[in-house]
Formats: sequence, C-alpha cells, structure tokens
Amino acid sequence: MKAESGANALAAILGGSRRALARAMSAVENETAAGKALLRELQPHLGRARVLGITGPPGAGKSTLVNALIGAWLARGARIGVVAVDPSSPFSGGAILGDRIRMGEHQAHERVFIRSLASRGHGGGLSRTTARVIDLLDAAGCDRIIVETVGAGQSEVEVAEIADTRVVLCPPGLGDEVQALKAGILEIADILVVNKADLPLAERTERELLGMLSLRHYDDWTPRVVRTVATSGAGVAELIELIERHAAACASQRRSHGGRVRRLIAASAADWVKRRVESLASAEFEQLCALVQRGELDYASADLRAVELALRAEKKT
Amino acid sequence: MTTQPPKVLVTKIGLDGHDRGSRVVASFLRDAGMEVVYTPPWQDIAAVVKLALEEDVDVIGISSLATDHLIVPKLMRSLYAAGLQDIAVIVGGIVPDADEALLLEAGVAKVFHPGSALEEIAAEIVRLTRARRELNV
Ligand SMILES: Nc1nc2c(ncn2[C@@H]2O[C@H](COP(=O)(O)OP(=O)(O)OP(=O)(O)O)[C@@H](O)[C@H]2O)c(=O)[nH]1
Ligand SMILES: [Mg+2]
Repeated sequence: MKAESGANALAAILGGSRRALARAMSAVENETAAGKALLRELQPHLGRARVLGITGPPGAGKSTLVNALIGAWLARGARIGVVAVDPSSPFSGGAILGDRIRMGEHQAHERVFIRSLASRGHGGGLSRTTARVIDLLDAAGCDRIIVETVGAGQSEVEVAEIADTRVVLCPPGLGDEVQALKAGILEIADILVVNKADLPLAERTERELLGMLSLRHYDDWTPRVVRTVATSGAGVAELIELIERHAAACASQRRSHGGRVRRLIAASAADWVKRRVESLASAEFEQLCALVQRGELDYASADLRAVELALRAEKKT
Repeated sequence: MTTQPPKVLVTKIGLDGHDRGSRVVASFLRDAGMEVVYTPPWQDIAAVVKLALEEDVDVIGISSLATDHLIVPKLMRSLYAAGLQDIAVIVGGIVPDADEALLLEAGVAKVFHPGSALEEIAAEIVRLTRARRELNV
C-alpha cells in the first residue's frame, strides 16, 4: 500500500482516517520530506486540543494514571490522543516501548489513539518530534492529548513548552530523590500529584510539597497538590477538576494554542542556536572563547557575538 | 532519509499466559537496535490490530507456546480487513509442520521453531522491514 502523500494525507487525516494519521506520524518522526511538507499544511488546522503533560520519576505510576484519565475523559465524551515516550538505549539505539502495558484498559476504544515514541537520543524526556506528533493528533480531532515523558526524575522541563497543563508525579517515599525532583519540578508543575497515596508517607510528601510551594510566589496560578491512587482511581476526579480549573484560569493567556506556538518556537530557536554555537569551528569563535577565559569579555557580550557568528556561518552554507 | 530502526510489536494472543519467551525476544531486539512495542499476554485480535495500526509497526511477532498459533489465520484476516496487509507477521513457538503450512498459506511471513537463534529472528525482521519500507516509500 502506498503511503498517502501531501494533500491526500492531510485530507485523510482531517477526514478521520486512523491509518493515515499513524502513517503521517511515522513520516514526521522520521523527518521525511513528505512529513515536513504535511506539517506546514497542517498548521491552520491546529489549536483545538488541550495538551496535558505528565512527568515524574520512573515507576511513579504515570502510565497507570494516564489510563485512569483516559477512562474519566471517555466518560465525558472526549476524543483522546496519547503520546508515550520511552527512552532509547544509548548503546544500541533500540527501545522497549512498554507504557501501553499499563494503559490497556481503554486502548481498544474507538475514541482513543495511543502512540509510543522512542526518545532517540533526545534529552528532556521527549523525542525531537514529540510536539509535531501532538500536532497531528490535534488536527485529527482529539479534544484531549496526554503526553507521558520518559521517567527521568528531573530535567523533563521540555514538557513545559509542549503542554498547556503540566502534571508532575511525586510518589511518596522517594527520600533524597524527592529533593532533586523538587528543585526542577516546582518550576514547571501546574499540578503536583502524590500518586500511590495508598502507600505510607503519602501525607508527609504532600505536606512537604505544600510547604515548599508556600515559600514561593506565583503570579497567575499557584500549583496545587492532589493525592491519587491511580490503580484504584481514587483522587482522579479531584485531579481532573484541578486540570479543568487550570485550563479555565489560563484560557485567556499564555497557555492557549497561540501561547504554545510561541513557546515551541522559542524552544526550537534555543535548540538551534545551541547546536550551531556548539559546532562553531572558526578562528573567531576560538578567539571569543579565549577572551572570556582571560576575563576580558563577559558572557553576556560573548553570547551575542556567538549568535552572530552562528548566523553568519549559517548564511554561508 | 536516514534509515530508522525497525518498529516491532511483540505480543501474545490467545489463552497462554507465559510471556518469558516474548520478553527475552523483546530485549534481544531492543539490544539489536529495534524499537519494540511490548504488550502483556492475552491480547485479543481486535486489540492487536488497533495497536499495530496506531503504532505503525513494520513487523508483528507472535509468540505461541500452546496451540495459540491456530488463531493467527484469523488475525491475518483482520489485519487485511483493516488495510494492514503491508505489515509482516512472524510466529515463534512450537508449531507442527501441518500447522506451519496453514499459517504460511494465511500470509504469515515466517515461522520460527524452538531453538531458532535470536540473531536469525532479528535478521528476518530487518529484511521484512526493508521490504515494507521499499513498498511504502
Ligand atoms: N500501590 C500503588 N501502585 C501503583 C499506583 N499507581 C501505579 N502503581 C504501580 O506502579 C508500577 C509502575 O506503574 P507505571 O504506571 O508503569 O509507572 P510509570 O511512571 O509509567 O513508569 P515508567 O513509564 O516506567 O517510568 C505498576 O506496578 C503500577 O501498578 C498506585 O496509586 N498505588
Ligand atoms: Mg510509563
């Protein structure tokens, strides 16, 4: 069977073809020319879905919680897309995509579309093209899209750009790990979930999180804490209530689709600059580094010049 | 276009709940550089078809210990009905010769018997993936 190309693929996706959607995801994931062309055509059809990001340490119960959320949103009539990212092995490049194991309950439902992605060496808990796979689900008519990151413990900040609402799982009894976790997550979490609340220490973890939140100042949304037992569904209704409240609180501003596009452009521009500057090989760049090393130039000035060098190198090629 | 790793669904259909074998295969394929979607045992046919479609896998590997392979022809018909005839299906397990003929006739690409080297399975998956992608370009 021929893969549908260009306008055909777009029409098929908008028309509800799951096969066309799945094939397009592969094209996008593999960054083929057809995939890139499709993404451009797709842009006017985006902005309807709300994207929920779920992150947290390995085994925190992310997939199990996704399963519970799918069930609850299905009951409300939503169409749901799920993107689950698992780590690629740095040695072989292979991956076991196992998140679906815990999402099994509703995966046969026709209003659910689940796609597993391997991170393929990309840091930040996602794969390079995760945002674009989300776009495809959006265009295909999903109301809700859930993204589960690699369970990495920290540095999944990238989900902050992709998601409209960010949920961070913080299971009880992590000990020292919880400290490391907290450092990064308090920056990005809209909702903190103490999952596995059936285990000892859940209340203590909740109190600790609330304590840390009370020390900070937030402008438009103060992160909330909720306890859940993903395996039984306890607390999931409260979590959904918080997700809706967050959506309402942020509807007018940054966390809308327009905001998502802004954030994503900023993030990919930053990524572009980083890669180009890192690969600068000119004598001028070496001079710049030397100046900073000798203390003759501050970083802020060097940054700007490095960006200029990168831009100039780009124009030459 | 760079060559992307094969994407494989490793699963079990039917009643047999032993999944040690399929776990070993899944880890081996991961270590051979493949992206492996792994499911628990007892998948029904509709679930396997939906999963293969959504994940756009190149190859489905069915592990069968008891007589589960006898359901595979039904799986093949469901895959075809869903327009997924480009996805190759391989079966691993204790499959008598007569049944093997039946499976191949139903469209199964290859049957691996106990004692097959994992390298051999991986090589076949690579071959089938290449064939599918040339077809699909
Ligand atoms: N006791 C208890 N166990 C839970 C709960 N939620 C999930 N689990 C169990 O925790 C284990 C890991 O759950 P997953 O949902 O796979 O966790 P995950 O965060 O998706 O894991 P990775 O994707 O591998 O990082 C499973 O055995 C679940 O059954 C809970 O609320 N209470
Ligand atoms: Mg998971």
